[in-house]
Amino acid sequence: MNLYQLSWKYIKSKPLNTFLNITLMALGISIIVVLLLLSQQVEEKLSKNAQGIDLVVGAKGSPLQLILSSVYHVDFPTGNIKLQEAEKLAKNRLVKNIIPLAMGDSYSGFRIVGTNHDYPSLYQLTLNEGRLWENVNEAVLGAEVAAVLGLKVGDLFEGAHGISNESHTHEEQAYEVVGILSASQSVPDRLILTSVETVWAMHEEHETDEAIDPESHETHADHHHHDEITLKGLPKGDSLQEVTSLIVQYRSPMAAIQLPRQINANTNMQAASPAFETARLFSLLGIGISLFQGFAYLIIFIAGLSIFIALINSLKERRYDLAIMRSLGASRSKLFLHIILEGLLITGIGALAGIALGHCLVFLLTWSNSQSAAAGISGFVFIFEELWIIGLSLVVGILAALIPAWSAYKTDISKVLSKE
Amino acid sequence: MLKISKLAFGYTKSKLFEIEDLEISSGQHIALLGQSGSGKTTLLHIIGGLLAPERGEVSLAGQSIYALSGSKLDTFRATHIGLVFQKPHLIKALNVADNLKLTQYLAGLPQDNERIKEVLTNLGLADKLKSQINELSQGEAQRVSIARALLNRPKLILADEPTASLDDLNSAKVIDLLKSQADQYGATLIIATHDQRVKSLIPQTIEMQQLS
Repeated sequence: MNLYQLSWKYIKSKPLNTFLNITLMALGISIIVVLLLLSQQVEEKLSKNAQGIDLVVGAKGSPLQLILSSVYHVDFPTGNIKLQEAEKLAKNRLVKNIIPLAMGDSYSGFRIVGTNHDYPSLYQLTLNEGRLWENVNEAVLGAEVAAVLGLKVGDLFEGAHGISNESHTHEEQAYEVVGILSASQSVPDRLILTSVETVWAMHEEHETDEAIDPESHETHADHHHHDEITLKGLPKGDSLQEVTSLIVQYRSPMAAIQLPRQINANTNMQAASPAFETARLFSLLGIGISLFQGFAYLIIFIAGLSIFIALINSLKERRYDLAIMRSLGASRSKLFLHIILEGLLITGIGALAGIALGHCLVFLLTWSNSQSAAAGISGFVFIFEELWIIGLSLVVGILAALIPAWSAYKTDISKVLSKE
Repeated sequence: MLKISKLAFGYTKSKLFEIEDLEISSGQHIALLGQSGSGKTTLLHIIGGLLAPERGEVSLAGQSIYALSGSKLDTFRATHIGLVFQKPHLIKALNVADNLKLTQYLAGLPQDNERIKEVLTNLGLADKLKSQINELSQGEAQRVSIARALLNRPKLILADEPTASLDDLNSAKVIDLLKSQADQYGATLIIATHDQRVKSLIPQTIEMQQLS
């Protein structure tokens, strides 16, 4: 027998009360854990996917939309820009490198992106199988695309027009899978990569027999055939050809100040910074997160209050117990500690249960949504802030038990025991 | 063994009750008699180190107990004095064995299962070791509370109306037990009571005068 066991036996002797208090505590803590895990991992994922991208240049419109479509590949593109303008930008002395992106097609819900070989190296992607595209109509699949669709090197597939729903397929020409990338836990896992020229060629076929769908911002193309493709830099084409957007890397930090202004003021294109836009996105989401957080803290406060009330009530029944313990040699401070320990045990167990529950919730959330943007978020990542949560719960336990513990400390043995 | 001198007690300073000097030698059995409200419980609490007197001295085994500071007095009480109350006041969250283990723990003594079994066996409670408190009859519960009082081998056993809520048979049994156990440990026994049944069982008595 020791003080822990004693407190534990008292907690066990009131199972319903204890269950309620632990549940309340666990509920509040689990909401905080879910928010922490999600925001931390989403932020990490967002910044990982934007690594090395200083600026995205595309058609005028919402800068957030441009970032979402060109960096994270979730929203629709803002439109297309002229190749001519892209070439002008490439010559700017503030620009170190430009990676073109041509979008507009998809296959089974996975986006087909025309780009050059700088794109896979930007994400430090390695090939699991085969090689990168080197000719027209060759495509390389992201790890998840290959896994979900079950495609292998050498397989052929026909891309569909539009990036969300399958509508019209490019029947005349098929892509040939020449390589499959290793999983990188980043956006390209879910992309089909090919050359800009291949995307152009697909649409040449397409435009000959179909009117342009204005809602899908597919790349316009002229009627030239491209047999050679560009592996580095911008593709060669005439003034009419277009790409969807450009990933820009700065030559110097100075460019961060000058280049966006130059582009936004002097061209028909817009420049958006992934860092700035994701920060803006988070500040928008922040309101919702704070709301949930406030709710979680409210539940934790109620849990503390409930523990306080339960302890105060139980002390009424336990006056004799406390007086007897004093008569048996327990010092005042021992009784104080005994009650504090009860608060600590309940909130401590509640915190551990809450952390476990939070991780399970995140696991279930990502498990049922493995195809969405939640992919790559794990319920089994433990973060430093969880130690703070345990600390917070213990403080709640101490605060809730403080007044009851003080009244236990003040127990007047003789007065209680003479009132038989 | 137990010496009380110049003791006075009062709930307010203006109205103090003087308590007669008293000296009780080791191993004596004494019944402290008086009507309810005569101050028996108060005197017992003062002797037991539960209630500090306004002035005067209580010395037990050569130690002036109120000269001890807070937690030292708690430990002294735990190791020298066994208390039995009118009601058993066992801790219901714990079973019989744990109630007794707690008694050893709070006194700062080693937790000794053999000692617990020995005391329970002496009191005819050997089979109640693992019982929950609310499974015990009143007489059994009172005997467990006696076991608790005896567990740490006290020099002084104080019992406050230990028979008040028991029937004749159980009350005689409890007094018998207290006497025989006190003899076994060579302890002084003081039983405060207004129960006439006790009077006949304990020849040596002290009559409390009405205080108010």
